[in-house]
Amino acid sequence: MPSKDAMLIVRPEIHHELVGAEAFGVVEKPLSIFERLYNISALRKAAILLMLALAWEIGARLLDNDLLVLAALLTAIGIASRIGTDFLETLTSMFNPLPAIALLPIALIWFGLGNGSLIFVLVHSVLWSVALNTHSGFLAVSNTLRMVGKNYGLGGFAYVAQILIPAAFPSILTGLKIGWAFAWRTLIASELVFGVSSGSGGLGWYIYENKNQLEITNVFAGLFMVIMIGLAVENLIFRYIESRTVRKWGMQH
Amino acid sequence: MSQSISPKMEPLLDVRGVTLQYKTKEHLVTATYRVDFQVFKSDRYVLLGPSGCGKSTLLKAVGGYLAPTEGEIRLKGAVITKPGPDRMMVFQEFDQLMPWKTVRENVVFPLVASGKHAGRAAEDKAMQYIEKVNLVKFANHYPHMLSGGMKQRVAIARGMAMEPDVLLMDEPYAALDALTRRKMQEELLQLWDDTHFTVIFVTHSIPEAIKCGNRILLLSPHPGQVKAELASVPRDPPNADAAKALENRIHDMLFVDEIEEPEEPQHA
Ligand SMILES: Nc1ncnc2c1ncn2[C@@H]1O[C@H](COP(=O)(O)OP(=O)(O)OP(=O)(O)O)[C@@H](O)[C@H]1O
Ligand SMILES: [Mg+2]
Repeated sequence: MPSKDAMLIVRPEIHHELVGAEAFGVVEKPLSIFERLYNISALRKAAILLMLALAWEIGARLLDNDLLVLAALLTAIGIASRIGTDFLETLTSMFNPLPAIALLPIALIWFGLGNGSLIFVLVHSVLWSVALNTHSGFLAVSNTLRMVGKNYGLGGFAYVAQILIPAAFPSILTGLKIGWAFAWRTLIASELVFGVSSGSGGLGWYIYENKNQLEITNVFAGLFMVIMIGLAVENLIFRYIESRTVRKWGMQH
Repeated sequence: MSQSISPKMEPLLDVRGVTLQYKTKEHLVTATYRVDFQVFKSDRYVLLGPSGCGKSTLLKAVGGYLAPTEGEIRLKGAVITKPGPDRMMVFQEFDQLMPWKTVRENVVFPLVASGKHAGRAAEDKAMQYIEKVNLVKFANHYPHMLSGGMKQRVAIARGMAMEPDVLLMDEPYAALDALTRRKMQEELLQLWDDTHFTVIFVTHSIPEAIKCGNRILLLSPHPGQVKAELASVPRDPPNADAAKALENRIHDMLFVDEIEEPEEPQHA
């Protein structure tokens, strides 16, 4: 009977003499000064803030449209990944603590009374928590999973869509949940305080009007609705998404 | 009869003078120094050496995740520059499966993503290899419902289903208990008898190297250099004495110039 390993190529043993430590000179060589400076994140962030201020100034003078410049800059710098990371972190920590409602006066000046302003502040209240959570979710994707994705020859968009996003999905969902809560509060508050949606209705506006007419029962009914809708979204919609995804995959943290 | 090496026989994988270095925050660390070795078709090639000698690093370089600072690695004559589906990796970590895909989907995904197979053909190929690792009953389970050993088997099935030029396994059984580990070693040999795939296998267990490999590359401690490349003992008829003798010889070669490290508890 032929041996199981018969098809293997038999070759002689090989032996090597090891070379001593002197032969390969540096086993550990310190990095250059520039490389070390680049590794200090505070320094990189300061540079970003400086560039941001500069770009804002130049952009405002040239284009007279700050928001556009900001968006363009965001995408441009976001491409360079390490700087992009710091950039997002800096921006998020700048804007995340800023209550959306505090932006409403500016929004009203820019977009006037109505949906434009509402959408602006709502986007602001959702954007940062989603961006922050998505980003930290991406960073937390295990190195092994990244290597697996690269192994399949995935790159660019396919890599992000098929590896990073599903792997970071629990964080993205958390971001959406937080963002939703912010947005819901902001929506009611902006109707209530500024009467942004005046004329076109809305729960906040309903509470506001009934308060003016001292219809306390209606005010309570309005508040009750705010709570009920909040509960429904949290417990029906998000629960449903969770049970179909992270819970099924055993990924919830 | 076994074939002998002849000049026209090209190696599948040719590693020549490969030095690998890591750049960390403060230092440049040399992991391996001018490593040479050649893997031929259907080899069960084992990289063996003490912890920290650069086995994983070497495997990652073959995988294309790390560029050599010196020397080159050729697969079928072409220099390796980036990761690709012609070299499938099986990692030591249990989190290498995608938790959002079932066992079957995990095996199908690379087949489709790399464009190797599509639709029915991909499904069939995947099921064929899931069957080989005895996991048909679990094909529709999600990874979090599997034991560690089962996850590693899925990862192996996934790698083998791609029918790569070479399968790269980094201590795939290190995190398993002794019993499961032994079963998996036997399963691997059976799979090899089936398809004669080429595999590079990292381990720091000498008995495992002798049992699973036909060629064993011994690396010196940090930074890793090639000490020797040995032939393992024939598998049939099994020869426990020869295996034991080789084990002692390898042990002496590896630990010749240092204080004895506590050895792997598992001695099969
Ligand atoms: N990401 C990294 N950054 C810097 N140095 C690293 C990195 N990974 C490994 N090293 C260093 O390279 C050397 C070789 O590491 P490697 O992981 O390849 O060893 P190994 O032979 O696989 O060891 P083990 O058997 O413990 O897995 C070690 O000295 C280690 O400190
Ligand atoms: Mg290792």
